[in-house]
Amino acid sequence: MKRLEVLKTYKIYIGGKFPRTESGRYYTPLNKKGEQLASVSQSSRKDVRNAVVAARKAFGGWSERAAFNRGQILYRIAEILEGRKLQFIEELIFQGSSKSNAEKEVNVSIDRFIYYAGWCDKYSQILGSVNPVASSHFNFSVPEATGVVGVITDQTSSLIGLVSLVAPIIAGGNTCIVLASESKPLCAITFAEVLNSSDVPDGVVNILTGSQEEMIEPLTTHMDVNAMSYSGISKNFEKQLKESSALNLKRVSIYSKDWIKSDNQDLYMIADFQEIKTTWHPIENIGGSSSFY
Amino acid sequence: MAKQGNKKNKAFSWDYAPALEGISHLNIKEKYDLFIDGKFVKPSSCKYFDTINPATEERISQIAHGSEIDVDKAVKAARRAYVNVWSKTSPSERAKYIYRIARLMQERARELAVIETLDSGKVITESRDIDIPLACNHFFYYAGWADKLEYAFPNRKVESLGVVGQITPWNFPLLMAAWKIAPALAAGNTVVLKPAETTSLTALKLAEIIKDSGLPNGVVNIITGYGDTGAAIVNHKDINKIAFTGSTQVGKIIQKSIAGTDKRVTLELGGKSANIILDDAPIDQAVEGIVNGIFFNQGHVCSAGSRLFVQEGVADIVINKLKRRMDKLIIGDPLDKNTDVGAINSKEQLKTINDYIKIGKDQGAKIHQSSSKAPKKGYYCVPTIFTDVAQSNRIVQEEIFGPVLTVQTFRTIDEVIQKANNSPYGLAAGIWSDKGSRVFNLSSKLKAGVIWANTYNKFDPTSPFGGYKESGFGREGGLHGLRAYVNLK
Repeated sequence: MKRLEVLKTYKIYIGGKFPRTESGRYYTPLNKKGEQLASVSQSSRKDVRNAVVAARKAFGGWSERAAFNRGQILYRIAEILEGRKLQFIEELIFQGSSKSNAEKEVNVSIDRFIYYAGWCDKYSQILGSVNPVASSHFNFSVPEATGVVGVITDQTSSLIGLVSLVAPIIAGGNTCIVLASESKPLCAITFAEVLNSSDVPDGVVNILTGSQEEMIEPLTTHMDVNAMSYSGISKNFEKQLKESSALNLKRVSIYSKDWIKSDNQDLYMIADFQEIKTTWHPIENIGGSSSFY
Repeated sequence: MAKQGNKKNKAFSWDYAPALEGISHLNIKEKYDLFIDGKFVKPSSCKYFDTINPATEERISQIAHGSEIDVDKAVKAARRAYVNVWSKTSPSERAKYIYRIARLMQERARELAVIETLDSGKVITESRDIDIPLACNHFFYYAGWADKLEYAFPNRKVESLGVVGQITPWNFPLLMAAWKIAPALAAGNTVVLKPAETTSLTALKLAEIIKDSGLPNGVVNIITGYGDTGAAIVNHKDINKIAFTGSTQVGKIIQKSIAGTDKRVTLELGGKSANIILDDAPIDQAVEGIVNGIFFNQGHVCSAGSRLFVQEGVADIVINKLKRRMDKLIIGDPLDKNTDVGAINSKEQLKTINDYIKIGKDQGAKIHQSSSKAPKKGYYCVPTIFTDVAQSNRIVQEEIFGPVLTVQTFRTIDEVIQKANNSPYGLAAGIWSDKGSRVFNLSSKLKAGVIWANTYNKFDPTSPFGGYKESGFGREGGLHGLRAYVNLK
């Protein structure tokens, strides 16, 4: 007799826990063959708010981690992802990818984490500066994480779109709330399981599935979200995003890139979610001027 | 001329003899037109408004009120100049034009300083020693970047943006124009700039300098006017980028109104910066730092240290010394070199400040004002501090933009970090302590773009300036200031 397969319940990911949406709602996206992918959580306004609270709570600890340690954790994500490669490939194929495209998407995703893992303890040296002010002061500028970032991922990809936006944000010490691809949500939640077993502190990445159109309003108008990252082509979303970001001057970054290309990753995507802090301190000019050295 | 000084202890103190800066050498026209395409032209509406000396309430000159039609002309001129001339000018030649502007400004520095003081109410020692030299130096600094941009952004090709629209505030009129124009030109853009309506004169003098420098017509256009003129710039379809310095309220309107366009934007907005005195601080220097933090430029500084936090162990001594120091501040004629606190920029701003002083009293805070007397004529506000304030008081939460300080005390470092960061703003912060490890702990935890440790209100062309959170985004000054004016390919 054929063994009955055990199906996975796809949940959402908030503060390191896997609840179903508080609203109890679900939706059933279909693949190209018309098969139901799963009963996916249709997250609500309240889930968005809970995720923002979790992300804010995680921000202090994550942004103050040693840069080296953040790099280690991003590397760990890549390791765990590599170990679960087959599961992601299977999910991608089920959601409509060809085998070769699915393999490529997972490989690029893994390598992207390796790439950003390496940046963690280097970007400050490139983005920071010591400034030769004319007065008698020591003056230097360093990048610091912007804070809590709302992420709206590409509709068209299940994994690489999410990875490409999230990796530079968390490499830079930010925490985030991610709205997963609405039509291809499976990899986002499986990726949450990877994060959950990769030493990433609870709340650093929070992932919600459901209607992007419904969640974009509570996310972009939330006064405790500092920045937005959007990848997609909807001009309406883009406008709404910018308009509501004006409420508390969120920093908005909009990308339109083919994430599967291996060179669509760089330092400046980290820089997009950094604030430059400049510190001054007087130099006391007493003594030393006549010494030989 | 109004006499100033501390009258209370007259028997024990000498009054200062007036030391007035002369104004006979100034060259101010009766009427100023708009600077478009290298020429001064009449506004299409033929409307002019008065610009007032806030220290005397007398008219200095008349300024053209630019309309949508004028803005359109200016943008067209800037686009033509961008396409036909400026984008084809080699970077090293661009640099030389900017250097030339810097030199011409230096040569006319004295005139610029006196006009700045007449038009804005700031004291002459400040315009002479801070505003004007920093403005010149800003052009010098960015001139050198013009042919070195590829070193600023590793691994990327640097492109100019096109036509940039810039709107500047009234607190540092010429300096803010320099902060905007110099990096924009260095990066290869052309400019349409609107100065604040109460302080247009030095921007127009800069237009004369730009004309004399031989900069190609249309590369810089100066359109004077009110908020409607600024809105016409923000909403013009052929502008690639908006750079604005001003209030958070207007910054939000700008961000919203350009949503749905491809315009880029940088905003340098309000603040409510914390100035923190730890119990091991060098007290006398800290008191000078508090005074400089809040009374410099009459408190018309977006990064003003308007919220003072003093650790309990030294609170009494710091507050007493501060009050004594306030009594010694000389309030009066900005042209007098002895004056410490000049005139409030405008009648409207004086009203705003006085309204906040009333709100502070109504909400139960204890007021103390300097015993120095202000002149009867002109717009003046006596240096004011409020003690016994709560974190939720409006005078603690909202930007006043005047010589008004709130004083809070704290016990622990955790407490002061929490209180200091409890603000929608995040522009600057001051820390006073003799211990490096304490300074670095606080400096890394305060959410602010500029940290002044054992100093306050220092500025330099090489030093990036700009805020976190609702104090805006983007940086001005230094290498980081270039980012606002380039496209990275």
